[in-house]
Order: sequence, then structure tokens, then C-alpha cells
Amino acid sequence: MSEAILNGLNGLITGFQSMHWSNPIMIVVGIILLYLGIKKDIEPVLLVPIGFGCILVNIPLAGLMDKDGFLRVIYEAGITTELFPLLIFVGIGAMTDFGPLLENPKIFLLGAAGQFGIFLTLALALALGFTKLQAVSIGIIGACDGPTAIYVTSQYAPELLGAVSVAAYCYMSLVPMIQPPIMRALTTKEERTINMGTVKKSVSKTTRLLFPLVVTIFGGLIAPKGLPLLGTIMLGNFMKESGVVGRLTKASENEIANIVTLLLGISIGATMDGRVFLTSQTLIILVLGFVAICLDTACGVLFGKLMKVLTGGKVNPLIGAAGISAYPMSARVVQKEGQKYDRKNFLLMHAMGANTGGQVGSVLAAAVMLSVLKGMGVI
Amino acid sequence: MDNWTFGITMIIVGMGGTLLTLWILSLLMSLMKKIFPFAKEEN
Repeated sequence: MSEAILNGLNGLITGFQSMHWSNPIMIVVGIILLYLGIKKDIEPVLLVPIGFGCILVNIPLAGLMDKDGFLRVIYEAGITTELFPLLIFVGIGAMTDFGPLLENPKIFLLGAAGQFGIFLTLALALALGFTKLQAVSIGIIGACDGPTAIYVTSQYAPELLGAVSVAAYCYMSLVPMIQPPIMRALTTKEERTINMGTVKKSVSKTTRLLFPLVVTIFGGLIAPKGLPLLGTIMLGNFMKESGVVGRLTKASENEIANIVTLLLGISIGATMDGRVFLTSQTLIILVLGFVAICLDTACGVLFGKLMKVLTGGKVNPLIGAAGISAYPMSARVVQKEGQKYDRKNFLLMHAMGANTGGQVGSVLAAAVMLSVLKGMGVI
Repeated sequence: MDNWTFGITMIIVGMGGTLLTLWILSLLMSLMKKIFPFAKEEN
């Protein structure tokens, strides 16, 4: 009898006994993510489920990520199949207004320059000893685009998914702190005060409607491996611009995006088991992710300077910093920086154009990268 | 393929390919704006 009681009581402490040293640390990491989301308002819709998922998976013996564990089921259903990031993309497409970009299509080029950090960071990761596919997944943090990073990493380096996703989402939300010093360092006061005038409304409904179709067909033909990414974001935008499927558009940008964000977040958190996550490799990935976003910003601003020269001083190089995918955060940073030097200078709509160009650019950069990898026989 | 060749190829073809694709898209968009100009009635 007393032995049975002792055995029963023993059952209540096996959870504590089975803890690996890394589990309590990761539980603290999960709590920090929750704190950042709730108190600091850093991407709360993602950091709250990621943080909670991180805590759940670091409680031993619950088997949440074992075969048939509920987190494993969600992970297999949405991450392994790549479904979650793609569904999020339909929502992003439905939420995005490409109007400012279509007003001045040349700004598309800033969306390309803002992706250069991806490729430069990829090379850095290779130099630091990561494998080719791991380097690709680390470089993609520079897309500044969570779903793209998850899509690529879950396919080619699933062991890095937790670190890459956390880096992508954290740095994306830290854009207002990361970008301004780089923007100021690379531009002169005179350049920052360039007034680009007001954005006129000059895009027809037909052009707006054809835009997602042209991008899908042309981009898909150039980089077929990235068509799922490109096709879903453009489907969302096509539905929005068509104006005839309001219910589907609303569902994509609200209900579907919200449900998938919850499941995506908790699945990412579930990859943060301390025994796998707590390595020096994770720290290096976090540093490389930061470098990627700094390089994106620097390349965007430098390309903006080039465009300023080529257009005879009509382009304010600051808008180059908005050529990344952190929408609309990056455009707001540009507006704020511009107004520090001239309160009558309204760069917001121009920066929004570059920012939406960055959204298409990040998806296209990933698509181009996958197709080049396929061409080289790496995947 | 060694890492050096891979890295350089990705930088050149990746960055070049992204820039070229977006440049062509910008030309296509400019062309579409010309073919389907904005009409004031759309306001």
C-alpha cells in the first residue's frame, strides 16, 4: 500500500526529473517572447503563440511533438505541407494595395535592391560553415518576410525553422530601430530633403486587375519553383481588385489569416525544443539575420542614391530603405526620417510604393533563388 | 560544386535575376498603364 502511494507520488515528479538543462532556459525564452509580444507590442499575433508553443514543447513527457502529439499533427498538416505560409500569403495579397507602386513602376527596382541582403548573407553563412541549403534558409531571413522564410526553411533546412522564424519576425518588428541609423549614415542632409512631390491617382482599374495576373504568369514562367508563393499572394490581390468576391477577400484577410497565424505561430514555437534549439548555431543565425536586414537596408538606400543620380535628383534615396518586405512599417520609418529634415516633405506614398515593391521583390527573390538552386541541381 | 562557386553563383545569378525580373515587370506595368490609361470617370 505505502509502496503504491510512493510510486504514485513519484509519478507526479517525473516531469521535473526528466527536465533537460535546456528546457528551463527555453521556458524563460518563451516567457520573454510573450513579454515582447504583450508588453512591447512586437508582432504580438505571432510572438504570443510562438512563445506559448515554446513553453509547451519544453515541458517534458507531454509528448506534444511525438507522433500523434497535437503540436506534431498541426506541424505536419501546415508546415511540412507548406500550407500555412501559403494561406497567409493569400491574406497578405488581399490586404495589400499595390496602387502606389503602379503609379511609379520604376520603384519596383528598389524592391529588388532591398533583397540583396538575402544573397550576401547566404554567402556569409556559407563562409561560416553552414551547408548550402542551411545557408539558403539563413539568407532568406533577409527577405524580411516571415511566410517566405518559413516556406523555404521548412522545405530545405527544417532543423533551423525555429531560429530562422524567430529571427525573421523579431527583426521585422525591429525595423524602426534597425533602419534609421543606416539611412542616416548613407545619405547626406541634402539628399534626405529631396521632395518627390505628391502621388497622383493615375492607375486604371484594368491595370490594377491585370497586375496580379501579369506578375503570376511572368514571374511563374521565370521562377516556377516559387510559383506557390507568388501565385497565392497574387490570388489574394486579384480577388481584392476584382471587387466581386468581397466575402472571399474578407475571409482571406481576416478569418483565414487569423486562424492560420495562430496555428503557424504555435507550430513554430513547437520547433523550439531546448535540446535542438539551444546551440551556438542558433546564436549565429540570429546574428546573420540581423546582418541580412542591415545589408538589405544599405543596398536599398545605395540603389536609391543611384536612382537619384539617374533621374537627375528626382528620387529621395531614403525611400530605398523601404524596398524590403516589412509592410507598412518600413514606409512609415522613411516618412518619419524624411520629416525630421523637412516637415513639409511627404514621402509616405512613394515609400509605400517601394515597400509593396519589396513585398513582390522578396517573394520573387525567393522564387528566383529556388529556381537557380533547381537549375544547379542543389535541390 | 564547392561552396565558393555556389556562393558567387547565387550572388550573381540571384541578385541579377531578381533585379532583371523586377525591371521587366516594371516595364510591363508601364506598358499596361499606357494601354489602359486612367480615365477621370474612375474617380
